[in-house]
Amino acid sequence: MRLLAENISVARGGQIFFSGISFSLSSGEALVVSGPNGVGKSTLLRVLAGLLPDAQGAVTLEGGPYESVAEASHYLGHHNGMKPELTVSENLDFWQKFMINEASAQDHRVLGVSDAVAAVGLEGVAHLPFGYLSAGQKRRIAMARLMTAFRPVWILDEPTAALDLASRHMFADLVEDQLEAGGMVIAATHQPLGFEKAQNLVLMPDEDARFSHEDPFADPEAG
Amino acid sequence: MWALFVRDLRLSMRAGGGALIGVLFFLAVVAVIPFGVGPDLKLLSLIGPAILWIGALLAALLGLDRLFQHDREDGSLDIMLMQETPMFLTVLVKCLAHWAGTGLPLIIASPVLGLLMNIKGVAMLAVAATLLVGTPAITFIGAVGAAVSVALPRGGVLVSVLVLPLAVPVLIFGVSAVYGAVEDPAPFTPPFLILCAITLFFSVLGPLAASAALRASAD
Repeated sequence: MRLLAENISVARGGQIFFSGISFSLSSGEALVVSGPNGVGKSTLLRVLAGLLPDAQGAVTLEGGPYESVAEASHYLGHHNGMKPELTVSENLDFWQKFMINEASAQDHRVLGVSDAVAAVGLEGVAHLPFGYLSAGQKRRIAMARLMTAFRPVWILDEPTAALDLASRHMFADLVEDQLEAGGMVIAATHQPLGFEKAQNLVLMPDEDARFSHEDPFADPEAG
Repeated sequence: MWALFVRDLRLSMRAGGGALIGVLFFLAVVAVIPFGVGPDLKLLSLIGPAILWIGALLAALLGLDRLFQHDREDGSLDIMLMQETPMFLTVLVKCLAHWAGTGLPLIIASPVLGLLMNIKGVAMLAVAATLLVGTPAITFIGAVGAAVSVALPRGGVLVSVLVLPLAVPVLIFGVSAVYGAVEDPAPFTPPFLILCAITLFFSVLGPLAASAALRASAD
């Protein structure tokens, strides 16, 4: 499978955020997007996830049964997508049932709810309401969601914010597993994520003006 | 999809959910009418069905802004938009769960509140029956308003204002069906069937429009 992004441009309120971003990602590859605050990392990820319908450019996934990148992706944004009123296992159980599709039903690596909670090292909290957890625990439960259904592409927006060191290692291992199994991971971050091999995309604001009609330079370099 | 229905229903039952608030509001509206109008039993039983319908309409509007807002705030909506499942189906199920959580309790409460308005047995049945087929339409219409105003921080009032004009036909045919059941020359079946038709019409149009609005509002 191959993910192709061609000439992505985003303009909001008549001002161009970034333009002309192109990259391609094959199975087993990771892309780390970095850059200063406000440069459009989250926006780029939302474009890839198909959540910004008025963005320019094309994002396609070649060689899979999926009709769009969105269908083939897990998206972990700034919010965790969990209800504080429901227990951890109720939340995960819902997402597992809601996100099931053919590929997910056949994939043997999909974990049950209790196994997914165990995989992020939080066995003891499954019966608690999600709202009772700490910020780091919430983030880890949100990561457990990624394992309750199979998606070849993971789109992660600052996944390790609020995580302690041990959890960051745990997260790096999860990503490594996903890549070894032929998945793709796209992550925006300010912290080194500890991926062994990854492409780096550094977004920089224009030198003169933050939002200009000039292209802010995008510099993909192999790392 | 069943999982979504169960989740939303569960949320409306839990603390802070809309189920009980709607019924309490309904009770408050209907309970103060006899104090305002006075103890004229004839008058009360005459205006009773209309008051019940207005109370139920307002109570149904009350929780509508929550329909998508919480899901948007906690990121669930993004994930729902990305699935293979068509969004209008997701919206339809959310509407049905919202109705089961907030509309159904109103219908169950309506005969009890009818006692306060001195409504007779047949009229009470007619009110419950018209509410049963009419309140889903309010939810479906409201879904459009809720989807349009989902990005606004205080969309609640706006939803009511957007939705109320469209919900007026539901009120008109609901009340006229009830009067058709009680008063002799007026017919019951035609307005009742039109009410059913309105609900069916909006059960298609509402989720379609709401899902389009939700897609457009994603940012």
